[in-house]
Amino acid sequence: MSQVSEVVGKGGKVELGNLTPLSLDRGINLGPFTMAYQTYGRLNADRTNAILVCHALTGDQYVADPHHEQENPGWWDRMVGAGRPLDPERYFIICSNVLGGCMGTSGPKEINPATGKPYGLDFPIITIADIVRAQALLLDHLNIEQLFCVIGGSMGGMQVLQWASSFPERVFSAVPIAAAARHSAQNIALHEVGRQAIIADPDWCGGDYLTHGKRPTRGLAVARMAAHITYLSEAALTRKFGRALQDRKVVTYGFEADFQVESYLRHQGSAFVDRFDANSYLYITRAMDYFDLASEHDGILANAFRGAQTRFCIISFTSDWLFPTSESREVVHALNGVAANVSFVEIDTDTGHDAFLLDEPKFMETLQGFLNGAAEHRGLTQP
Amino acid sequence: MTETQAEYRLPSIRVDLQRIAEIIAPGSRVLDIGCGDGGLLYYLVHEKQVDGRGIEIKQERVHLCVSRGLSVIQGDAEMDLKDYPAQSFDYVVLSQTLQATYTPKEVLSEMLRIGRHAVVSFHNFGYLRVRLDLLLRGKMPIWGAFNRPWYETPNIHNCTIRDFIDLCKELGVVIEKRVSLDHSSRTGRSGLAYFFPNLFGKQAVFLLRRRNN
Repeated sequence: MSQVSEVVGKGGKVELGNLTPLSLDRGINLGPFTMAYQTYGRLNADRTNAILVCHALTGDQYVADPHHEQENPGWWDRMVGAGRPLDPERYFIICSNVLGGCMGTSGPKEINPATGKPYGLDFPIITIADIVRAQALLLDHLNIEQLFCVIGGSMGGMQVLQWASSFPERVFSAVPIAAAARHSAQNIALHEVGRQAIIADPDWCGGDYLTHGKRPTRGLAVARMAAHITYLSEAALTRKFGRALQDRKVVTYGFEADFQVESYLRHQGSAFVDRFDANSYLYITRAMDYFDLASEHDGILANAFRGAQTRFCIISFTSDWLFPTSESREVVHALNGVAANVSFVEIDTDTGHDAFLLDEPKFMETLQGFLNGAAEHRGLTQP
Repeated sequence: MTETQAEYRLPSIRVDLQRIAEIIAPGSRVLDIGCGDGGLLYYLVHEKQVDGRGIEIKQERVHLCVSRGLSVIQGDAEMDLKDYPAQSFDYVVLSQTLQATYTPKEVLSEMLRIGRHAVVSFHNFGYLRVRLDLLLRGKMPIWGAFNRPWYETPNIHNCTIRDFIDLCKELGVVIEKRVSLDHSSRTGRSGLAYFFPNLFGKQAVFLLRRRNN
């Protein structure tokens, strides 16, 4: 049993699934496997103040790193800190790299203990439920029975919904942000474009690029560029770039990045390939595609939450066309159908799906208010 | 927290909300439809320990409610009530909102399906001053709760206390309690509003339940 002091204010890596392997949805076992995670704050004596942050498709466990100088701030650092919604003075905040990821948790780029070579496509196809099962094993390891809150945006929100459905007794409150209970046809289609861009890159080498000393950076960059457009909105792109030209006064009548928006996208693509593994991108997008919470419950989403005592706060953004408000409303309708305790707010913004990562004051206030209310009910004191 | 709580003590919530709060039993499950900025809910949750939920159509107000730690969804009574299972609340409250719904009859039926009791408050269109406006001036009232001209008021289904009682009869609804508030919002058993509610009652609060439940 690990001691609380081992996990306070730092990162960790743990081997799980030694005794009982992780039973995956596709019907095979995975174990042992590694989970890389980061924690902030201190677990209280009653072990009731833990918050699990679930990261999105290309996120990682570095939510915020107030204690260490990092080149890039954590992806949600504006959410974590003294006086912010996720206050380490009050809460013990945990974030683990998802199963199939590329930041230390077992995924296609890690070494397969059976062969001594990177897994590549030998890594089993995983689902959102598998990702959540792995997180539950991490919590067992940390000896945390119930989470005060599970929170996340986009794919993180899918994990939140899966948590509330799979382990209702372990979730006191749940905050799925800009999420959905299933991946839509349009979103599957968009993911397929990204995957095909990677697979079409000759450097992908049938998924075996690591043993060939190559990386499909062009394909991955195109996948990222296409995906990045879906995280914004037309209004935000127009506001930021319009038709402005990049370092030139007239168009070049060629295929250089004449427009600022092109230059911006190219930068997004090239910055991404430095930090992300192409096969992880395939695996995790697939996990999102397969997500359909109602399908495990006879097609009735409400059944996924029957008997839930969890306090829910659903948040969506007006300009998010990837996970539109209508998807969040579906979840709200299902929760109302079982008379669950639910709040639902749609935040007015033009910043699209990415709004949950940005400085949106209304969003922060809503979240802080919800968490304060839930903390009061859970008997957590103010810092 | 004490400051915010003080802000919502009884005297500060709207007078019809005070009457509603008196009706609701402590510790019960309450759904407040059209909960506005959450004044009543906040009071009920903190002073009467109810398990309170709200529905509000205006985003700004929902945001305010959730920021105060209340469980409120952005939604529309006429669209969203159908989701809730039957008898899932002890009280379903609709304060000064029935007249603004497109289908008051259906909303009332839904309230009594999902709640063991319904609490409804509204401004009485049979109140003396309204009648005088129509009789003497020949015009729609523009004062107090009827503060907008006919062409921009959201109140499309105003009714009198007697009209409302007729609707309850038609729906087979039992009126468990009826409170009329006079021009000074008094509810005493001696005033004119007590003896002639439909003429002197400015507002009314009804506690309802379905027959045979």
